[in-house]
Amino acid sequence: MEQQVRSRIISFIVSNFLFGDESRSPRDDESLLESGILDSTGILELIQFLETDFGIEVADSDTVPDNLGTVANLTRFVLARTADGLPSA
Amino acid sequence: MTTTDHPFSAETLRIDPEQETARITASLTHYLAQTRRRGAVVALSGGIDSSVVAALCVRAFGPERVFGLHMPEKESSDDTLVFSRQVSEAFGIDSELEEISAILEAAGCYRRRDDAIRLIMPEYGPGYRSKIVLPSVVDSDAFRLYSVVVQAPDGTTTQHRLTTEAYLGIVAATNFKQRVRKMLEYHHADRLNYVATGTPNRLEYDQGFFVKLGDGAADVKPIAHLYKSQVYQLAEYLGVPADVRNRPSTTDTYSMPQSQEEFYFSLPHQRMDLCLYGKNNDVPIEQVAEACALSVEQVKRVYRDIDQKRSTTKYLHLPPVLAVEVPEISHNLR
Repeated sequence: MEQQVRSRIISFIVSNFLFGDESRSPRDDESLLESGILDSTGILELIQFLETDFGIEVADSDTVPDNLGTVANLTRFVLARTADGLPSA
Repeated sequence: MTTTDHPFSAETLRIDPEQETARITASLTHYLAQTRRRGAVVALSGGIDSSVVAALCVRAFGPERVFGLHMPEKESSDDTLVFSRQVSEAFGIDSELEEISAILEAAGCYRRRDDAIRLIMPEYGPGYRSKIVLPSVVDSDAFRLYSVVVQAPDGTTTQHRLTTEAYLGIVAATNFKQRVRKMLEYHHADRLNYVATGTPNRLEYDQGFFVKLGDGAADVKPIAHLYKSQVYQLAEYLGVPADVRNRPSTTDTYSMPQSQEEFYFSLPHQRMDLCLYGKNNDVPIEQVAEACALSVEQVKRVYRDIDQKRSTTKYLHLPPVLAVEVPEISHNLR
């Protein structure tokens, strides 16, 4: 399950922000903001992806780096919010 | 720069206004001579920056070679025109009123903006007013996400986080305002054989607080190197009317009153100046925090926000990129 979530997140990041360039795929603990992968519009797109693709609600209070700042944090956040299992991709 | 005798404070940003004026006016006259233009067009917003640029152009070229434009639209604040006229009268420059609401209507500025707001608030319509806001950066590490604040006809106010599509749609629509103004500035610049001026201060220029090919477009940007508090110092020296110097900074872009801090900057300009100067000049962060009455952690958040804005808006500063260089065409004056 964890690997499946991580793959979907990375796949979205690579296709949406890196134009498919997998060589720039972020490490698990790499800050998406500091590495320049995400900007303020990108954060909005990322939240929309989480809400539509995983069917979870991202509240304003959730929008902190500890939840959304890295692939590892995103994976943990999604897993915590999808305790009943993943919606189909 | 910062010693125990002279701790870091607003005083650190003090300039010699006479010397600074001489430096800027020399640069302006040099540019005009090189480009064989005869004067300058200044869009007067009634704010401090455009007023100082107008005053500097008057010093450089004389009032007869400076042309002011007043370009309010139906959502501008009522005092915009009052203040901008005070400036053209104070400096004795010729000016013209170009009310831009009809052009904006024709371009669909208001309709497109309202359509974008309706993506998240379907009942939005006539009688409603709105503005875009950002949460404070100093109070938390949360990502700063744009929201729209909506005031209904009955006065009730609600706030809604924006989706990507709504945010981009609102910004793209309201950017018509800055681009229409710049189009008219260049019309008058062409007609008079003048240059078009840009009026960003250093905070705005550094942090990308401008619209590409809107207020970001200009032949000269005489105060882009000056922190906002330094612009105020020049304003006093150059005789900008007190009403203009005392007016709070506003974007004057949305139908609800909106401060620049709400929309873009993390802090009021006095403290934003200190943070940006401190960051740029490697002032010890403890000294910056003390001067700004913030904690070290809060200053770190402001620094991160500065870096993020630089990264996000880098594209706004870039000239068009050619696939292959054309060596015969230079971007230098000579």
